[in-house]
Amino acid sequence: MLETVSKGFRSARNFLSGQAELTEGNTDEALREVRLSLLEADVELGVTKSFLQRVKEATLGHTVTVEGKDKKGQKVKLGPAEHFIKSCYDELVTLMGPVDSTIRLSKPVGTIMMVGLQGTGKTTTTGKLAAHLKKQKHRPLLVGADIYRPAAVEQLRQVAERVDARFYHEEGVAPPELCRRAVQKAREWQCDVVLFDTAGRLAINDELMGELEQVKALTKPDNVFLVVDAMTGQDAVRTAVEFDRRLDIDGFIMTKLDGDARGGAALSIKSITSKPIKFLGMGETMDKLEEFRPEGLASRILGMGDVVGLVKQFEEVVDKDKAEKDALRMMQGRFTLQDFLDQLKMVKSMGSISSVIEKIPGMGELTQGKQVDDREFTKLEAIVQSMTMDERRRPEVVTQQKSRKKRIAKGSGRSEKEVDDLLQRFGMMKQMMQMIGMQPSLLSRMPGFRNIGGLAKGLGGAGPADMSALFGGVNPFGAQGNRPIAPPKGYYATTSAGAGGLSKADRDKKAKRKAEKAARKKNRR
Amino acid sequence: MDTLAIALFVGFFVLFGVVGAVALAKKRRERIADLTRELEKPLPEGAQEGEAPALPAPEDAPVPKAQDLVAAEREALLAKAREDEARRAVERLAAAPTQAGTDELAKARATEAAASAEREQASARAKQLRLALSATRDGIVGRLQKALSGKQLDAAVLDDVENVLFGADIGARTAERLLGAVKQRLGSKDLADFAKIEAALRAEAEAILSSVAVRPIEVSGDRPRVILVLGVNGSGKTTTIGKLAAQLKGQGHKVLLGAGDTFRAAAADQLEVWAGRAEVPIVTGPDGGDPSSVLFDAVKRGAAEGFDVVLCDTAGRLHTKVNLMEELKKVARSIAKACPGAPHEVLLVLDATVGQNAIAQAKQFGEAAPLTGIVLTKLDGTAKGGVVLGIVDELKVPVRLIGVGEKLTDLRPFEPAAFLDALFADERRAA
Repeated sequence: MLETVSKGFRSARNFLSGQAELTEGNTDEALREVRLSLLEADVELGVTKSFLQRVKEATLGHTVTVEGKDKKGQKVKLGPAEHFIKSCYDELVTLMGPVDSTIRLSKPVGTIMMVGLQGTGKTTTTGKLAAHLKKQKHRPLLVGADIYRPAAVEQLRQVAERVDARFYHEEGVAPPELCRRAVQKAREWQCDVVLFDTAGRLAINDELMGELEQVKALTKPDNVFLVVDAMTGQDAVRTAVEFDRRLDIDGFIMTKLDGDARGGAALSIKSITSKPIKFLGMGETMDKLEEFRPEGLASRILGMGDVVGLVKQFEEVVDKDKAEKDALRMMQGRFTLQDFLDQLKMVKSMGSISSVIEKIPGMGELTQGKQVDDREFTKLEAIVQSMTMDERRRPEVVTQQKSRKKRIAKGSGRSEKEVDDLLQRFGMMKQMMQMIGMQPSLLSRMPGFRNIGGLAKGLGGAGPADMSALFGGVNPFGAQGNRPIAPPKGYYATTSAGAGGLSKADRDKKAKRKAEKAARKKNRR
Repeated sequence: MDTLAIALFVGFFVLFGVVGAVALAKKRRERIADLTRELEKPLPEGAQEGEAPALPAPEDAPVPKAQDLVAAEREALLAKAREDEARRAVERLAAAPTQAGTDELAKARATEAAASAEREQASARAKQLRLALSATRDGIVGRLQKALSGKQLDAAVLDDVENVLFGADIGARTAERLLGAVKQRLGSKDLADFAKIEAALRAEAEAILSSVAVRPIEVSGDRPRVILVLGVNGSGKTTTIGKLAAQLKGQGHKVLLGAGDTFRAAAADQLEVWAGRAEVPIVTGPDGGDPSSVLFDAVKRGAAEGFDVVLCDTAGRLHTKVNLMEELKKVARSIAKACPGAPHEVLLVLDATVGQNAIAQAKQFGEAAPLTGIVLTKLDGTAKGGVVLGIVDELKVPVRLIGVGEKLTDLRPFEPAAFLDALFADERRAA
């Protein structure tokens, strides 16, 4: 699904390329594509319409081309198509912002009330929130106020144990009274935050909604958070509005974003209720609660992969100097299996490889929609680990000596054919990298790999102006076009862009250097 | 070695990404700063710049803005909620008449009428704004219009059609399919009439639903009949099993439960409570244990002790988690080992509030264990679960059961006609 949506945006762009001006006529088709894309992401129909209107307001009759120079004197171009897409992204970010993930807590005991439909993840999120608060040196008390679902209280008790928080529940006490007593208990136990885990309920269930109103009236919680499932469709708005009407919600927490749901509900809810999205639930373990970042969710709703989130992950684990050196070596064809192994390890330290891949835009094109199994990587690792250092550096010795191959296969528990396959493909990739190193424009011609360029480009910053993340590799800034990945510093003499690899100036310089080198050689003799 | 190729490819991709990313991050940030500065600079005089927004602005009416629409939509939703509340109050009072209640009932009726008028006004305003703002041409429904040579379709009719199709989560792809069929079915004269279009859409949806045999869950053929229940987290698997167990037991079958959710805290406890309510035995394993082994034991016991039905619960899992989907495959294999031919039924539980992601869910779960049916839960809320139309259409898996409440009896066989009634009911008004 991800691919189809990115395609939608790309074709929106295509409709506009070559247009001199954005008019009602020529944006219609593009808007239709964007609209489809949003509806597929479960953005509510009304919100979709008003969103498109905003984009229209921002783009109609707008500038044809802005030309200018950045501070290095490079030409920068921005055409109407780019402007259009940028407007979409900007609007989305604006609509979902501003970021406000503060939790107001009064002294001496702060209170948080969790509400939502059945099965959205309230209990799990309560646990995650407690873990989050514990990190900030709070002492949370979890209150099991779901007396309806079988074993819900027991579930929360176990969750509390897992995050090492206090837990309170009394058999046979109605939720409003239970929550009131819990706040007193918190004083006694010297806990400074109380979290009420209420039962899931339908927004149209008067009786149960009334119960929540009672809880709220009795305890005057500092925060009421509505927990929303990221997979929710059009109904999200109806539910949120009703909860907000009766309980005056302080914010939302979106859960199950570790799946491939695009979370359009976030946009709908935010724009209709104008209450902030506070946190995002990204997994089943207690540490998987992230603060909301509009840019990430914006790219996700547009179906672009969360590049910025990926970079944040990268920056935590990657040694920048080493990465730069590796990139250089890779493009010079001096990349070894040992490097490959190191890289795999590094990626693994960011979490599962498949979860990293999910965030890369355009990845679907590469894997053709297949799920990538982490264990395939483990197999590869096993094979490489069964090689000696020398073999990792010079894999050709393995192909030359059959006994080595046999030993590696035996050591890794794989077949000889698999060892062969690995070596063969490694060789191919290595050659490819080398070719790319020599002529970067090649990259853009390879299907799928176009996106690497986009990735590299999109990594620049978290600012809303960062558009390339949206295109899966098609540079929105016009003529800058085909330079898919910039090499590490110093590898190319200049950074001038051009559709055909090295520019004339580059070629001249290269030729000159070659001549100088030849001359030096001559002199030595 | 297809997977190896992909793995290697991906390995390089990731690695290249990492390297390129980090090396480029700084440079890129600078460039973007430059670019932004450039864009924010006012244009020099005489630069090619278009005229200010081309929307015509009549003197007397202010140009409608997107914000107005959002506000109007919000108002309409709030008004609808208030109306619903008032209506429920009326129903409550009418259901339990008391002497003193007649006055109250009259009062509640008045409130309902007022709320209803208010709602109508609010939705009329929202609709008006929507029409003013959205060029109907850009709509999906606009295609319908395009296809009809020359005949102008009323914008209001198109708006209504769209509300029906998208308000119920039917989704763009299925909507297009439905509209395509409607186009052929109707003459150009009928297309100006929303009621006729709606009837045609409904007929088409009915055709989709009846293209697969709809049948309830039956205990027939080999014993024990093994039913495996799957779904994402929080869709209502355990509750469904609890209700199903009670119903089958009520029909005189000997039912056994298998607590295959060994992962989530207190999941087995939850199923045990249901087992107690339905008065059926249950097989559980240790927390964090292997679900395959628990369910293997359950099915084995079911076969050995002459049970008619074994209901197997599984842990909720997102369909994108490869390892968890592999675990599911293993569960299915183990069950087959314990009893050849099992599982006889594989039911996917979907929450009616789910949006377009449900299609991906059905596909991925179906790959792990071929589905024989869908259970649509939480239909007692305001969500309609229209996405199942697309699933039935694409995957040919029938909807078998629906969940409409928390009581034991609130699990019912799926009836296409009733489902479609709800799907096409008052969407037009609601918006």
